[in-house]
Amino acid sequence: MPTIYIDGKPHAIDGGQNLLEACIELGLNVPYFCWHPALGSVGACRQCAVKQYKDESDSQGRIVMSCMTPATDGIRITVDDGDSKDFRASVIEWMMTNHPHDCPVCDEGGECHLQDMTLMTGHNYRNFRFDKKTYNNQNLGPLINHEMNRCIQCYRCVRYYKDYAGGGDLDAFAAHHHVYFGRSQDGTLESEFSGNLVEVCPTGVFTDKTLKRHFTRRWDYTTAPSVCVHCALGCNITPGERYGKLRRIRNRYNRAVNGYFLCDRGRYGYEFVNSGKRPKAPLRLQRDGTGEAFHVPVTRDEAMNEIGALLKNGAKTIGIGSPRASLEANFALRVLVGAENFYLGLSKIEYSLLSTILEIVIGGPARQPGLGALKDHDAVFVLGEDLTNVAPLAALSVRQTILNQPRAESRKMGIPDWNDLAVRRVIDVNKGPLFIAAPFGGKLDDAATQTFFGTPSQLAELGFAVAHAIDPACPAADGISADTAAFAKRVADALRAAEKPLVISGPSCGSESVVRAAANVAWALCRTEKPASLYYTAHECNTTGLGLMSGGHIEGAAEAIRNGDADTLIILENDLYRRADAALVDEMLSTAKDVVVVDHLYHPTAQKASFVLPAASFAEGDGTIVNNIGRAQRMMQVYKPEGEITESWRWLRRVRTATGVGQSTDLLYFDSFIHALVDEIPAFSRILEAAPSAAFRVGGQKIPRQTHRFSGRTAMKANVAVSETAIASDPDSAFSFSMEGFQMLTPAAVMSSFWVPGWNSAQAITRFQEEVNGPLEGGDPGIRLIEPMSGSTTPYFSATSNQPSKAGQLVAIPRYHIFGSEELSSISPAIAELTPALYVMMHPDDAQDSRLQDGDIVEVQIGGAVITAPLRINNDMARACVVVPIGFTNTQHVPLPAPATVRRGGAQ
Amino acid sequence: MRNMSEKPLTERIRPNEAPASLKDYERAGGYASVRKCLSSMQPADVTQLVKDGTLRGRGGAGFPTGIKWSIVPQGADAPRPKYLVVNADEMEPGTFKDRVLLEGDPHQLIEGIILASFAIQADIAYIFLRGEYIVAQERIEKAIHEAYEAGFLGKDIIGSGYCLELHLHMSIGRYICGEETALLNALEGKRATPRAKPPFPQASGLWGKPTIVNNVETLSTLPHIVNRGVEWFKGLSRTPNGGTKLFGVSGKVKRPGLWELPLGTTVGEIMDLAGGMRDGLSLRGIIPGGASTDFLGPEHLDLQMDFDTVGKAGSRMGTGTMIVLDDKTCPVGMVHNLTQFFAHESCGWCTPCRDGLPWLQNVLWAIETGRGREDDMKMLHRHTKLLGPGMTFCALAPGAMAPLGSALTRFKDDFDQHIRAKRCPWR
Repeated sequence: MPTIYIDGKPHAIDGGQNLLEACIELGLNVPYFCWHPALGSVGACRQCAVKQYKDESDSQGRIVMSCMTPATDGIRITVDDGDSKDFRASVIEWMMTNHPHDCPVCDEGGECHLQDMTLMTGHNYRNFRFDKKTYNNQNLGPLINHEMNRCIQCYRCVRYYKDYAGGGDLDAFAAHHHVYFGRSQDGTLESEFSGNLVEVCPTGVFTDKTLKRHFTRRWDYTTAPSVCVHCALGCNITPGERYGKLRRIRNRYNRAVNGYFLCDRGRYGYEFVNSGKRPKAPLRLQRDGTGEAFHVPVTRDEAMNEIGALLKNGAKTIGIGSPRASLEANFALRVLVGAENFYLGLSKIEYSLLSTILEIVIGGPARQPGLGALKDHDAVFVLGEDLTNVAPLAALSVRQTILNQPRAESRKMGIPDWNDLAVRRVIDVNKGPLFIAAPFGGKLDDAATQTFFGTPSQLAELGFAVAHAIDPACPAADGISADTAAFAKRVADALRAAEKPLVISGPSCGSESVVRAAANVAWALCRTEKPASLYYTAHECNTTGLGLMSGGHIEGAAEAIRNGDADTLIILENDLYRRADAALVDEMLSTAKDVVVVDHLYHPTAQKASFVLPAASFAEGDGTIVNNIGRAQRMMQVYKPEGEITESWRWLRRVRTATGVGQSTDLLYFDSFIHALVDEIPAFSRILEAAPSAAFRVGGQKIPRQTHRFSGRTAMKANVAVSETAIASDPDSAFSFSMEGFQMLTPAAVMSSFWVPGWNSAQAITRFQEEVNGPLEGGDPGIRLIEPMSGSTTPYFSATSNQPSKAGQLVAIPRYHIFGSEELSSISPAIAELTPALYVMMHPDDAQDSRLQDGDIVEVQIGGAVITAPLRINNDMARACVVVPIGFTNTQHVPLPAPATVRRGGAQ
Repeated sequence: MRNMSEKPLTERIRPNEAPASLKDYERAGGYASVRKCLSSMQPADVTQLVKDGTLRGRGGAGFPTGIKWSIVPQGADAPRPKYLVVNADEMEPGTFKDRVLLEGDPHQLIEGIILASFAIQADIAYIFLRGEYIVAQERIEKAIHEAYEAGFLGKDIIGSGYCLELHLHMSIGRYICGEETALLNALEGKRATPRAKPPFPQASGLWGKPTIVNNVETLSTLPHIVNRGVEWFKGLSRTPNGGTKLFGVSGKVKRPGLWELPLGTTVGEIMDLAGGMRDGLSLRGIIPGGASTDFLGPEHLDLQMDFDTVGKAGSRMGTGTMIVLDDKTCPVGMVHNLTQFFAHESCGWCTPCRDGLPWLQNVLWAIETGRGREDDMKMLHRHTKLLGPGMTFCALAPGAMAPLGSALTRFKDDFDQHIRAKRCPWR
């Protein structure tokens, strides 16, 4: 191990890092701006200057930038001498010459890296007596507020936005001390990852615009560790609450999952929690004299007595679970209705795709990498997924893979990985292999080596051809085109040549053949003894967790009701109209004698229920969810919601008690559900390891949800009662609802606030990592439930395609939108504003065949459904397709892919 | 010692006349070095010749050209393509030497480019030309066209099997583009900010490939070394480093201009060629090599202009084009003018340069306009250290500190007088 000498003291280090990273890992306070753990070093800000000595006898030394200097064995530096301290203070003084000093009205105040660094360097008094340079600010859309005067020109924003995230519309303009960071003109930032600017910017240039409407200072939030519910990736988040309102979402570092970043749906989708339309008390359906049905609020006891009575009276009850509800909530429903009466809450097609994927990843030899590990692969083949829209952070992670082969080249020239300027230079001409095959183009395509557009059946053929090219024993599809064969060969060659190849697919094409073809590719690589990874996306936050429980699908539940096998329906956090044919759902809901819905949204299914029980959102309850690769992670309750709102599992336990089945002490608390689940279903045997139990204590103390410096506790709610309101107890987790408790370092799974003296901003995270970009104390939170069968020789899937296309027949293909396709975030105003209007999309040749032009209003007939929308013509898509955005108003449920006909709309 | 009349670089150049056509140029011995080199020399021979000739780069830094080349990876395993880039972005204040070569003898430059490219086995060469050099642009374009037509550029040059493509790229005009790595960024279409070194361009330059960036004057020298040999070349100079050098004088002298002279010609000899100071004026200071060098004084007239000697006197030869300060011009105003230039030309990448230089500019203007304060001198002195070598990302700010720092010592009384009298004595 190399030894470096800092102020005369020897320190053993791992080696390979630069001096700044070494100092950070040693817990030394060396200030910096342009360096970022995910972005590496560029040496722009000059803030991290230290003094380096040639040898022991050198007493002069010279100033070097610690971020640009390798921490080599024997190097001698001081961080504490007058020259380097004076220089570091001067850097702040220069930056401050044009800074507006508007901290009291700046949203960054209190968690500002510039404030921290200013204090750290000791610069105090202003000597600059001339005019400040000022700038115009831009309207960057509904997510990001722009206040350019606060800029200190560290270049982090463009390095993150352009270089890391691949954005094209944020840039550095002008030169000298007029450098401006913004867009060429006002307008919404185009990147789906723009929200990270809020945390990447070390000062208040880019701040959270949604937070502005209900701003709270950093120390006044009540927080708990949580997990994003807006897609299946399970990004770790810290929601912040005050006065009963969810104020914002911040990234929570988890090396194995999202690292430092979130997508904009995850960061800004939260406001559905604050929706005024949420039920806050149990609702009972009533009819007035005219027979008009409407819901009236009832007390908890009334609701429980009445629901208990109707379930007791010989009702044949079935339950429909949900891929967006926690394991505990689904399990509580399963316990209530019995395993044989439990349906997963997935449509038949979702159900069969999920079953196929689970069979592949549980029985096959290829390992699923974690989200955080995607970026470590050096050749990637994406088959049938538009990652940016379906699994956004996976797209961000895959984008980084194109650096890996150039990085290996750079290493040979002695360029260390952290030298971002030098490494990035190489990818202009030499990108690592990334092949994307999909029905239509996506935002990741600009990073791709080559793209391929095809219908789901063509994509499956391509996948089988790639697998066959890797291992001739793997069955090939017959009669593929020369183009397909050439592309397949190129992909196969790149994957075989790589050290760590990765295959990505998923259910978004609605094609099991695509899913299977991807498995064949990964398995073929595994047989050539490559450590091939296989990564499937999923669509909802607990889809995979639900899949690990057994149960039927929605069509099966409808069948049971139609047959009279069931007459009472309990629906958990699920709007059936989003998953099944509207006529089928109508029939189910009207045929069932009684329908009880437990949910936090008052959606069309809930609107028809006999009873609605107001459920907690992710921020208001405890729960475990399992991400797409089978990682179980705990969402901790952030705050007690108002009214009768509580976790679904608690409602279902109450219903069970009301029916007289359960003991009053049985399954009382959150942990009891987890233990029962572990006992009942072996797949979940390890979920206890996802997070500490409610009995967890540090030094005999609980962990506080409020910060050390939470203000106004004795004044809050003084308008309601002059005495301080009692602090609620929490029997379900190790957290307290106050400032009291153990405020120091705790295991990462119960850590939501990262704060140490002198480090008040998002940058404080490095103080909690064992090494830069390393795990947090106690390891990366969460536990993997699915491991591959190593050495498995599962037979290859045969090369079939389940949607043979007829000549002249169009196939309608679903397209997911990051903004608009997901149920919860679409309710949040900022996300709703970004949701495009409904459209359909065709290849120019197909449009010409149908004599259609861009902008024409067209009618797309799919089975019995007709979608009317303007036509977009796009070159970057498969032939013989019509692409339909899914999950929008009017396209909430369309069973795609399916044959379709397109004609000009008559009414427009 | 040879007489001062041998002027290999400029002998073909006629003031205010178009350069020779390729035919005339060849008739006068042009491209002989290319024929010789491509038919009978190995790349390493060319490099060795330049090393032996002790040629040092004429862009200002004076780095030995042969040593620079020898770091470029050679052989079959070397990354491809390799690039030669000509730094013709002449924007140093007071510097107008490359312009004469670019406008007056473009074939000489192209000939040098082919030799240098052959030495490093470059596949592609670029001339990165200052945007305002419109005349040079036209003449170089014509010369490149002629050279392609005659088979000196392109595939299989004069049957040697060696291939070289040469492109002319017009800069949009920023001083920082003269910094070789910022130049490479600009050439790639990126913001003209310098790159971190290491890696050096020889290893990872243009588009991450091995690249040599050479100055126009350096390259124009090469044909003569190849044609006439090391001993002749070394004999041109009065110093251990071979060759002639273009020296220029601007300021209030009788005959400002540019002369090709032996390396090591004294400041006084050059001043004599410029006719001395205009009548009624006397010499107060000389910035010897473009704006980013320290002031010399009247006591330096016997100083030999070469890299090491001027360095020992506390300044740099730089581009060898002197700016002369007389006794009727305000030194504070002059330094303010230079600082304003450097502040404006800062690329904005690193903090000390971006935000420090405008501050200095403000303070100097305050002093010049009678708003100076006693502690301003302390601030100026402090900044000459804080913006010195090693503190900033590239050499722009340290270059700006050279005239300022030396002026603060040399013209201290003038600064003090401005501050005390609250006005500029020359206004």
